[in-house]
Amino acid sequence: MRRNKYKTTQSPFNWMNDKDMIDTLIVDAMLAGGIDFFCSLPCNMLAGIIRIIDGRDDLDHIPITREEEGVGIAAGAHLGGKNPAILMQNSGLGNSINALLSLTTLYRMPLLLLMSHRGGRYERIVAQMPMGDAIIQLLETLGIDYCSIFRRSDIASIRLFAKDAILKSEIKAVLLQKELWDEES
Amino acid sequence: MKRVDILRIVLKVAVEIRGFIISNLGFPSRELYHIRDRDENFYMLGSMGLCGSIALGLAVSSPKKEVIAIEGDGSILMNLGSLATAANIRPPNLTILIIDNEAHSSTGFQPTFTAGVTDLAAIARGAGIEDVVTVRDEKELESRFFDAVKSDKLSLIVAKSDKSWEDVPIIDLDPLLMKKRFIKAIRADFEG
Repeated sequence: MRRNKYKTTQSPFNWMNDKDMIDTLIVDAMLAGGIDFFCSLPCNMLAGIIRIIDGRDDLDHIPITREEEGVGIAAGAHLGGKNPAILMQNSGLGNSINALLSLTTLYRMPLLLLMSHRGGRYERIVAQMPMGDAIIQLLETLGIDYCSIFRRSDIASIRLFAKDAILKSEIKAVLLQKELWDEES
Repeated sequence: MKRVDILRIVLKVAVEIRGFIISNLGFPSRELYHIRDRDENFYMLGSMGLCGSIALGLAVSSPKKEVIAIEGDGSILMNLGSLATAANIRPPNLTILIIDNEAHSSTGFQPTFTAGVTDLAAIARGAGIEDVVTVRDEKELESRFFDAVKSDKLSLIVAKSDKSWEDVPIIDLDPLLMKKRFIKAIRADFEG
């Protein structure tokens, strides 16, 4: 059942720095909100979060090849009684829109989208800018409720959004902002 | 083989072993619904390409249930990455059946690339799925499919099919109610 083959290389550091602390708080918020099944595609910003989840033997974690595939896997996990989340870059929303509506929404399924919000003033990859700029309007057009996490004190919202996704059986989105990891503690 | 006959065999085996079916959208689901509706059938109504992915998520989250994905050639070609995911995650309780009629049958039998040079069984093997077989007649399908669902490993069957379809109505189930009865069936404890 466990897929040890996928264990991400553990960090050589055994102390917890600020970045690790924020990643841990984010994972804890998702778990406290009831999420127990994860699909992921990597992002630099999500690397620590994915490493933590992958290291937990009590959590299902499936690395995916494309975000839309994760929407399908999450739907199946819900049918099997789990409460799924997909970890991805915000660009992945564009790869998933039809499935989010004609699968997740049509059958009233819970799903937490935890997205790194690329683009913006700190972005160095120019291709991230168009989707970074469009993401808020896209979420609003799709009727997906979202929150942005800029500061450590915002992380508590992730638990509420996860809980709401499960209670209301609908899609909730969380946008993790670059500033979150740059904040001085 | 006619597709409806393939579906009859799949359903017969699924009923026998209490298998849970994720069925691809369009005529395959309509035909399955027409042959025999049951709580353990999940009919996709949209999201083409995600049949095997839904089945994978179900198989991983319900390790004690036998899960069957009824895919098509057109739909699997939309999500070939899902074969790599399935091959690496390897849920032992998952069987993927691809009904390959070399066409998009729900939209008028426009040919897919399996009518050309593309071999889905070879792609599946290349993705890393070990138990892969192509079947061309009903007898072979029945025995191979039964073995596949009973086996303790991920299996994939490519069933070559005629360009056949049955003139059956659309599925008139409410998506939410259909999902709820499926979840109820999954949760019911039949192990004892």
